[in-house]
Amino acid sequence: MGEELKVIVFALGEEEYGIEVDKVKTVERLMPVTRVPKTPAFVKGVVNLRGVVVPVIDLRGRFGLEETESTDQTRIIIVRSGELEVGFVVDRANDVTDINTDNIDLPPEVVGGIQAKYLRGIAKTPQGRLLVMLNLSEVLNKNEIVQLEQMEA
Amino acid sequence: MDMNAYLSMFIDESNDHLQALNENLLKLESDPADIGIVQIIFRSAHTLKGMSATMGFEDLASLTHEMENVLDLVRNGKLTMDAFIFDVLFKGLDALETMVADITAGGAGKADVAELLSSLKSIVDGSYLAKDAAAGTQAAAKNENGASADLDEFQLSVLKQSVESGLKAVRLDIELEDSCVLKAARSYMVFNFLEQHGEVIKSIPSVTDLEQEKFDKSFTVILVTASDEQAIAEGAGNISEIAAAAASLLDEAALEALAHPEIPEAVKAAEARTADVQAASSAAAEAKRQTAAASAPAAPAASRTIRVDIDRLDSLMNLFSELLIDRVRLEQLASEIGRTELSETVEHLSRISGDLQNIVLKLRMVPIDSVFNRFPRMVRDLAKNLNKKVDLVIVGADTELDRTVIDEIGDPLVHLLRNSLDHGLETTDGRLEAGKPETGTIFLRAYHSGNHVFIEVEEDGRGINSEKVKAKAVENGVLSAQEAARMTQDEINNLIFAPGFSTADTISDISGRGVGLDVVRSKILSLGGNVSVESKAGIGSKFSIQLPLTLSIITAMLIKLGSEKYAIPLSSIVETGILSRDSILNVHGSRMITYRNAVIPLVSLGSVLETADFNEEEELESEYLVIRKGDKWAAVIVDDFIGQSEIVLKSMGGYLGQIPAVSGATILGDGQVALIIDPNALFK
Repeated sequence: MGEELKVIVFALGEEEYGIEVDKVKTVERLMPVTRVPKTPAFVKGVVNLRGVVVPVIDLRGRFGLEETESTDQTRIIIVRSGELEVGFVVDRANDVTDINTDNIDLPPEVVGGIQAKYLRGIAKTPQGRLLVMLNLSEVLNKNEIVQLEQMEA
Repeated sequence: MDMNAYLSMFIDESNDHLQALNENLLKLESDPADIGIVQIIFRSAHTLKGMSATMGFEDLASLTHEMENVLDLVRNGKLTMDAFIFDVLFKGLDALETMVADITAGGAGKADVAELLSSLKSIVDGSYLAKDAAAGTQAAAKNENGASADLDEFQLSVLKQSVESGLKAVRLDIELEDSCVLKAARSYMVFNFLEQHGEVIKSIPSVTDLEQEKFDKSFTVILVTASDEQAIAEGAGNISEIAAAAASLLDEAALEALAHPEIPEAVKAAEARTADVQAASSAAAEAKRQTAAASAPAAPAASRTIRVDIDRLDSLMNLFSELLIDRVRLEQLASEIGRTELSETVEHLSRISGDLQNIVLKLRMVPIDSVFNRFPRMVRDLAKNLNKKVDLVIVGADTELDRTVIDEIGDPLVHLLRNSLDHGLETTDGRLEAGKPETGTIFLRAYHSGNHVFIEVEEDGRGINSEKVKAKAVENGVLSAQEAARMTQDEINNLIFAPGFSTADTISDISGRGVGLDVVRSKILSLGGNVSVESKAGIGSKFSIQLPLTLSIITAMLIKLGSEKYAIPLSSIVETGILSRDSILNVHGSRMITYRNAVIPLVSLGSVLETADFNEEEELESEYLVIRKGDKWAAVIVDDFIGQSEIVLKSMGGYLGQIPAVSGATILGDGQVALIIDPNALFK
């Protein structure tokens, strides 16, 4: 038997994604973001999260998807991985659900235009929805950011 | 009893005592006759021993115990400090420091101290001298007046009483035959014989050493007897393999001389003169005591302090930072609302929080002495290793710096000092050849100036050979030959901080400079400081480090670029002004302006930061501020000035890494994040 996982469900476009609850610090409404020069385009800038300065990245931009205008549904999910604390701008974040690790399948090569290495797998919820589980440490991989910067330059 | 509760206290106090031991031992080395210092050292060692024994750190306790034994002899005048003893004591301190460091790191404070213990023991029983003497002449043990036979008070009083009650105090010098094999056995027979005729008060070397054959071939015994001294000598001489036995009667004066070996001639020469000598020496001692008394109150003046956990100070600082942000927000709101009562209250709040800020910042200030105090010892050891003579002169050790800076500044300073000692100063011969005093001098200075602290390491050594530096820089590709030709002497010297210089083979090539100096520089830069070098060939070099007073709250100028706000540290701003666009000069493709009879480069902050909604080209007049880095100046064009403000430095988190021209972020009164510009990065 696999373990039960609680995950936050969020959406980028039509696709639904999941991040384990224990990796998420808070979910915030969109707030003023201060632009930081000379950073990759998907880095939106920094925000003041109750006295702590936190960088915010656009998850669409991070995955190479087309960026969209923000709506009143837009949320910033503050995630924590090791020492790093980063905010993800997502289209919607409005649900928490339980999944069983047994119900997570290995991801196909590309899901919705996102490369497999950023994904932990595809999870099936008890309600029969499909969630794309993120591989957080890979999404926050800094080495790749450096490569991206070099490509842009 | 749970010892863990006391562990941190033990560690703190041990470090204090170790530091005191180190300092005082160094002091004693320069003035070995000052018994007052020995007393202080002894007390420190004694306390340390007690503490470590209580805490159950056996090795620590046993080592301090042996060191204490040596010091005890010294303070009672039974042992004179010499180079060997100093070295062993210093080594002992090093071992203690290692053990305490181990305990601090969570270890058990175990260390192999057997060798040190035996060295210390050999000092206590005097046998280390025998080792020295064995190589030299054998006369030492045979000397006539017995200056080495210093008696302690107890032995002396026994002898005196015996003499008064009609017995004889006899000194017997025994010499064994060269061919004697069982020296211990023969000396035992001598003792056996002597015990039959009287009481042995003292033997030199000690009985233990005699039993272990730790002597050459002669020894001295002082005994109290009723028999005739010549008869005893004869009897002892008759024991087989004894080459000679000479007895001499000790009268009261001779006994006195034995007890005070430093003035035996005076005693023997004339009774009358003795009084003078003693008066003189006691007068000298008195004078010394007075100077000691004069300087003593300053040293141990128990300051009224408490120890506070650093984490608590840090959280106090963080809380205060939050308060400061709210204060700025309140000020803003009060001016918008415009009610007098509110404005007055907020003003009062501002004043109080201003005072509070000063106090909180002061709490975190630590005298730089806590970094400097380990350097005298380090320089001493290094100078000994390198066989150079060095005076380290420390000036301004009471200069205070923020604790965060203090924690980081140690390593770069060690590096600079080693560098000065190793490569800057010439060897003793080299110095004499160059017509300089044999002993080199290294100055270590710290002082405040404005919002900065300066630390200088200056030495009167050989200086930097600029030509070689230049050649090496061109060779390593740090710069081109044309560039090199245009540079001033100072600019060339500062090339030694370039990363290309940190190769090992340059140690001897380029007057020794440049080992890891780039590491020093990057460390200092990361602290928001700067480091530079001035040098004159043949006269010496001076490394200057400039550091900010604090790293947590700074005064900054807030500026606007379109819709964005930025903060620029006030410490690097020289002045602000307005210029008309047509006064901008174009020199070789770069834009310059004239500023006080000089032409300085013009930097567009908007284009450096890639601002989207501000274009200075559309303006007729532009606001600018003049910034300064060392002797370089530049004008920076901005959109608008907002005003001065106290800002709290915030980290931007690890994800973004190092961002060019941005040193950090702060939170403004309106709750928005503003980036802090690193002015140094604006200089090209």
